[in-house]
Amino acid sequence: MNNKQSWIDQRFPLSKVINEHLAEYYTPRNFNFWYFFGGLAVVMLIMQLVTGIFLTMHYKPDAEYAFASVEYIMRDVEWGWFIRYMHSTGASAFFVIIYLHMMRALLYGSYKGPRELIWILGMVLYILLLAEAFMGYVLPWGQMSFWGAQVIISLFGSVPIVGPDLLVWILGDYAVGDATLNRFFSLHVVVIPLILVVLVFLHIVALHHVGSNNPDGIEIKKNKDADGIPKDGIPFHPYFTIKDSVVVVGFLWIFCAVVFYAPALNGYFLEAPNFIEANPLKTPEHIAPLWYLTPYYSVLRAIPPLFGSQFPGVLGMFAALGVFFLLPWLDRSPVKSIRYRSPIYKWILGTFVISFIMLGWLGVQPVTPLYVLLARIFTTLYFSFFILMPWFSTLGKTKEVPERVTG
Amino acid sequence: MSEQTIDLKKRRFLTKATSVVGAVGVGFAAWPFLSTWKPSAKAKAAGAPIDVDISKLEAGQLVRVLWRKKPVWIFKRDEKALESLDSEDLIKNLDDPDGTGNSKNQQPNYVTSNFRAIKNKESVAVIVGVCTHLGCSPTYRPEPGAADLGGDSWKGGFYCPCHGSKFDLAGRVYAGVPAPTNLVIPPYQYVTDSLIRIGVDQQKT
Amino acid sequence: MRIKLKLIVGLSVLLFSVNIFAASKVHLDHANTDIFDEASLQNGAKLFMNYCSGCHEISLMRYNRIAKDLNLTEEHVAKNLMFAGNKVGEAITTAMPEDGAAKWFGGVPPDLSLVSRSKGTDWIYTYLRSFYDDEERIFGVNNTVLVNASMPDVLWSLRESQSEEEFDQSVLDITNFLDYVGEPAKLIRLKLGKWVLLFLGILFILTYMLKKEYWKDVKYGIWRPRD
Repeated sequence: MNNKQSWIDQRFPLSKVINEHLAEYYTPRNFNFWYFFGGLAVVMLIMQLVTGIFLTMHYKPDAEYAFASVEYIMRDVEWGWFIRYMHSTGASAFFVIIYLHMMRALLYGSYKGPRELIWILGMVLYILLLAEAFMGYVLPWGQMSFWGAQVIISLFGSVPIVGPDLLVWILGDYAVGDATLNRFFSLHVVVIPLILVVLVFLHIVALHHVGSNNPDGIEIKKNKDADGIPKDGIPFHPYFTIKDSVVVVGFLWIFCAVVFYAPALNGYFLEAPNFIEANPLKTPEHIAPLWYLTPYYSVLRAIPPLFGSQFPGVLGMFAALGVFFLLPWLDRSPVKSIRYRSPIYKWILGTFVISFIMLGWLGVQPVTPLYVLLARIFTTLYFSFFILMPWFSTLGKTKEVPERVTG
Repeated sequence: MSEQTIDLKKRRFLTKATSVVGAVGVGFAAWPFLSTWKPSAKAKAAGAPIDVDISKLEAGQLVRVLWRKKPVWIFKRDEKALESLDSEDLIKNLDDPDGTGNSKNQQPNYVTSNFRAIKNKESVAVIVGVCTHLGCSPTYRPEPGAADLGGDSWKGGFYCPCHGSKFDLAGRVYAGVPAPTNLVIPPYQYVTDSLIRIGVDQQKT
Repeated sequence: MRIKLKLIVGLSVLLFSVNIFAASKVHLDHANTDIFDEASLQNGAKLFMNYCSGCHEISLMRYNRIAKDLNLTEEHVAKNLMFAGNKVGEAITTAMPEDGAAKWFGGVPPDLSLVSRSKGTDWIYTYLRSFYDDEERIFGVNNTVLVNASMPDVLWSLRESQSEEEFDQSVLDITNFLDYVGEPAKLIRLKLGKWVLLFLGILFILTYMLKKEYWKDVKYGIWRPRD
């Protein structure tokens, strides 16, 4: 065994990599609930890749056969239903995890220096994941696939001057059709997953370079013992590999409960109209994107057209995503963690989270004057959070940050 | 004080127990994925038994049908051909003439060993037309004594153009050719005297 | 932690109570279907094949799957449920020509393989019981659930020969059958689910105990001395 290890080690830094990232990666010992989700996101990525690979073996990316091939998977392929439900439930579960993962960053200031690059990589991952999920939802070629794609892609048509040409270029046709489905399939199963995997790798490399943040927002590397080991750190392996295993099994329990007992989750994970094959002649009564896209969809609908153009709304929607990138530089607070921030900051962060959730809820509601008004209020609150952050993040009295982690 | 609280034996036991149960879980989880490679209900339906009407089949004539995406030959042998299948002249050149050696599993047990057909219906042969060497479909060469296939020693049969394997009119393989076993006889039955169903075993009488 | 819990409970209640697509204004009666009620499924299959399948396909369903799942022999299915000339492995389609259908009904009658998933069982159950006389319509009937439905009241003979309760039960059986047809795998997944959860529960307890054991090191500062 030892011999073999050294044979490989002479040619590839295997032991070094294992040590650096597991046995000698020192992790703050005070991780709490909010630190479950990074590891879970990796598990989720692997699950989506594996189930996706197997679905690809049976799915047909052809407008003529796509819908039937999904039902073929659900009925004729042995255990196909299980793998399909894992994948469809997995998409939503992935976003639940990612949103909580991002919430953690907001709570404990994980985006602040020296972790700006981790945050930026994470945001790129998040946006790619939204694109991945959106394109994946087109593949079953049901009514919602088709009309959702129609609505979202037509947004590109509102770009000034080049819009109409851009739209046709994206579609590869004059409306959503076979060409669109085919290219989305390629992007969904090859291009984006490949980029996701690479970026996740970089996200983790960057994290392990600077070290993990923690609920106290203290840099544990500033406090090392004689051997150069952070006093508040514990080796990732075995302590966090085992702890994360508990988390993964617990997560799988909830995940399987959904897969086996409520895979459509009342229309939130699989929408009822998507069990009708795409029909370009008949729009469903009510089109709503899946829940993880709805906050941005709300922003889009909240911003009124300018000179008859939807473009401001589209810009607003992308700005709502893009503004997250600036967070590390907008936040001027001297402390990272919510634990030591001023009370006023806590209230403002709370308002932001509520705005985000409310925008998400409004995104599945029909357009009524009241809902439009609400969407506008929450959109304003949403953007105010970022725009005013340089100002309010320095307001109020912060608590003193202790020398060592607590709890 | 604190050192005593750590029970290494318990720790090792728990590690093992968790690993074993976890591995069983991975095994369970792998099963559905591997199962998706089995023929689907659609493939099975497409591979369902097929009926072939042989009322118009004449001696020497061969028809090809597709069963489970493979060619199946149905052909009628005349008296002379049947006689030759039983002749020592031919049998001495065959690898496993009575289907008890290499070719033990190449036919259902209800076909006769010499004609490899259902008893009392020996003239009609039903054979999967896939060479047992590498899967080409041999050509039908019923004419005895064909010069290119060995002249007098050729009693009529099938010749595989890919690697030169030879089979007789019962699908039995000649000795010394690349194909290792006789051709496969599929399960079949007579629904009526003139209707063959391929893919279902003959009912026991 | 309390706030977190409240939030989670609140969200779950929201999630499970409001189906975002149940926007229909028509009141729907609740269809108390049970896909594990084999007799009901068998009766539903029989009624469906007799009254519905002349026009409506369930082309995503195979005869032999019904035989297997409903505990019928393939011979029984072949004799009682199948059109002559079909094979048991085949999909359940109709022989009605599409252009003829368009002429007779003003459109091709939809495939009902997934109707229970797109419309829901309550809808089917209420729809089939909501025909009323309307001389204006081509078939002399109209429907309160699907206004101006271009479908005749095919169950009228049942309605006349059965009591109201019997008729409701018949419709419920058809609805139940269509619920099964919408997702045959539901039979497996609902049965299997508890075993999967039980297994994961055991694994969870084991992993949790293992974690507790290892984290004693951290708790007591044994993995290496703290200061």
